[in-house]
Amino acid sequence: MQTVLYDASFEGFFTAVFEIYEYRISQPDIQREGAAAVSLFGNTHTVHTDRNKAGRVIKKLQEKLYEDAFRQLYWSFLSAQPGIENTLFRYTRYALSSSQQITTDYSNADVLTIQQTAKKMGREKHRMEAFIRFQQTKDGLYYAVVSPDFNVLPLISRHFEERYADQRWLIYDTTRKYGIFYDLNTVSEVSIDFTTSPQDTAAIYDEKEALYQSLWQTYFNSTNITARKNMPLHIRHMPRRYWKYLTEKKPY
Amino acid sequence: MSERIREKLTLLADAAKYDVSCASSGSDRKNENKGLGNASNGICHAYTEDGRCVSLLKILLSNFCIYDCAYCISRKSNDIKRVAFTVQEVVDLTINFYRRNYIEGLFLSSGIFKNPDYTMERLVLVAKKLRTEHNFHGYIHLKTIPGASDELMQAAALYADRLSVNVEMPTKESLRLLAPDKDRDDMLKPMQYIDKALIQNQEEKKQFKQAPTLAPAGQSTQMVIGASPETDFQVLYMSDYFYRKMHLRRVYYSGYVPISYDNRLPAIGTPVPIIRENRLYQADWLMRFYHFKVHEIITPDAPLLDMQIDPKLAWALRNLHLFPIDINTADYHLIMRIPGIGLQSAQKICEARKFSRLNMHHLQQIGIAINRARYFITTSDVKMVKDYQADQIKEFILNEGKSKYAPNFSQQLKLF
Ligand code: SF4
Repeated sequence: MQTVLYDASFEGFFTAVFEIYEYRISQPDIQREGAAAVSLFGNTHTVHTDRNKAGRVIKKLQEKLYEDAFRQLYWSFLSAQPGIENTLFRYTRYALSSSQQITTDYSNADVLTIQQTAKKMGREKHRMEAFIRFQQTKDGLYYAVVSPDFNVLPLISRHFEERYADQRWLIYDTTRKYGIFYDLNTVSEVSIDFTTSPQDTAAIYDEKEALYQSLWQTYFNSTNITARKNMPLHIRHMPRRYWKYLTEKKPY
Repeated sequence: MSERIREKLTLLADAAKYDVSCASSGSDRKNENKGLGNASNGICHAYTEDGRCVSLLKILLSNFCIYDCAYCISRKSNDIKRVAFTVQEVVDLTINFYRRNYIEGLFLSSGIFKNPDYTMERLVLVAKKLRTEHNFHGYIHLKTIPGASDELMQAAALYADRLSVNVEMPTKESLRLLAPDKDRDDMLKPMQYIDKALIQNQEEKKQFKQAPTLAPAGQSTQMVIGASPETDFQVLYMSDYFYRKMHLRRVYYSGYVPISYDNRLPAIGTPVPIIRENRLYQADWLMRFYHFKVHEIITPDAPLLDMQIDPKLAWALRNLHLFPIDINTADYHLIMRIPGIGLQSAQKICEARKFSRLNMHHLQQIGIAINRARYFITTSDVKMVKDYQADQIKEFILNEGKSKYAPNFSQQLKLF
């Protein structure tokens, strides 16, 4: 077993794949730099991200796979699940060596894992699109803070850009410490310096903000049918860990 | 000022909530000219404590009503506070909720004040304002008021994504008993009119790309279950009629929530028939997505759905001669009829078996409910399960207690 270290970027990963072939590393164990304890015994190969090498692998894969399969690879990669790189590598090797489309070979454990991981990502993406709650600031920015289970901001950006084309918005991921910001033209990645973090949040929000939040709570409570109360179902659909964002779940 | 709005919102959301439809899918409205919103797959932004999806701001414009439908909380004879939103108030609420990502759009209904045209005109006005003044492309569902003019129907279809008129009672007789002011044909008429208009619109769109799309998410309706004595057979045949003849996109079933001491209706405190409602939805799914014909699900001589097991399993047990089905060779349409295998799993099976012959382990990995499916399938490693009788299989499956819905409804079950 030889540890292959890369820089956690998508291109870095595909550079690693390229070099595993290039150097004929027979039993690679792909790890993010700094993420895992490096094996003391086996030797380590450190990858330097190389756009050219990565691009060649990606191009080859895109020829071999349906478009949707490549999306699954990307989404699985973003999941950053332990060991996902090795699954992705085996998947890639299978795809490149097979003469037919392997995307739907669910009898293959790696294909199934990738499909299921992408689905998990899809679920988190969907939940963010559903549960994000914007608050309007004094200068007209719609602002939301999230901490999703996975790194899904790259996946939700388009949805919000298409939907809220006429309002400036910012979605900030507190776990991964970066945000996406839409300025009425394009979406860009931003990082925010929170050292001066204003605790007096009320001061920064639009005067109508509190009103609409409380009207939304009013609506949420009035639309409930008590005779049908079913908390297990409620919680299954809206897991507790998301409640912290939800205006309707805040105390009055 | 804000307290007035809050009071209206409380009353008019409360009065609208018995309309169970909250779907915001089936449209493909794009955001144009950098406006606000779009409508595609429909997102549930929240779930109420009863576990229902909240995707639209669902309110009445007003709870004043000149009619007296026994099952309705807004009926004329009910002693409740009456209020009405202004058109602008509804527009403001919709826009401000939408911008904060609370909702996918608006579902606007109303009690009938003055007369049908007057009411419908105001509903249309809200939609028109949203679309034309606010460049709003989110989802709009409007109630069509029976008796309103064709011109207003047409205008409603122009601005809304979906239109609906609730027949509420599955048969003429129940309607006459419980909603004496309403005529069944008056309810079907707007449905027919819109149906024709939508079909014509599709023709026009083929010829002129520029023609505006009318109500891209089509029509829906709702039937109240358990307020009147209809059987599931009557209910499902009605649905089948709506799907085939009126091309409705959805039929909703709303378990009656007792709200009145009227002795024509179940008394207050009677449990909401949630299991029955759920079985009807399952049967509805079988018709819409699994290509089941209504007579395969229910017949006049056994007019009630089995409450213990879902209608797909019930069908399989009545048709054991068709099983076991070979997972590796059977047609997709047969695979999807196997209990424990959903549409997605059926698809995966058909894809995966092109690569290798599938065994039980593969099926488990794919995620099918083996404990149900095993009585009905042959795989590459399991040839044929013992020859059980239908009753035995039902017994086994029930004893496993894996009825997907049982845990949620145990409370209600105890009441039966
Ligand atoms: S017409 Fe509609 S609002 Fe009026 S009583 Fe009948 S169901 Fe209720």
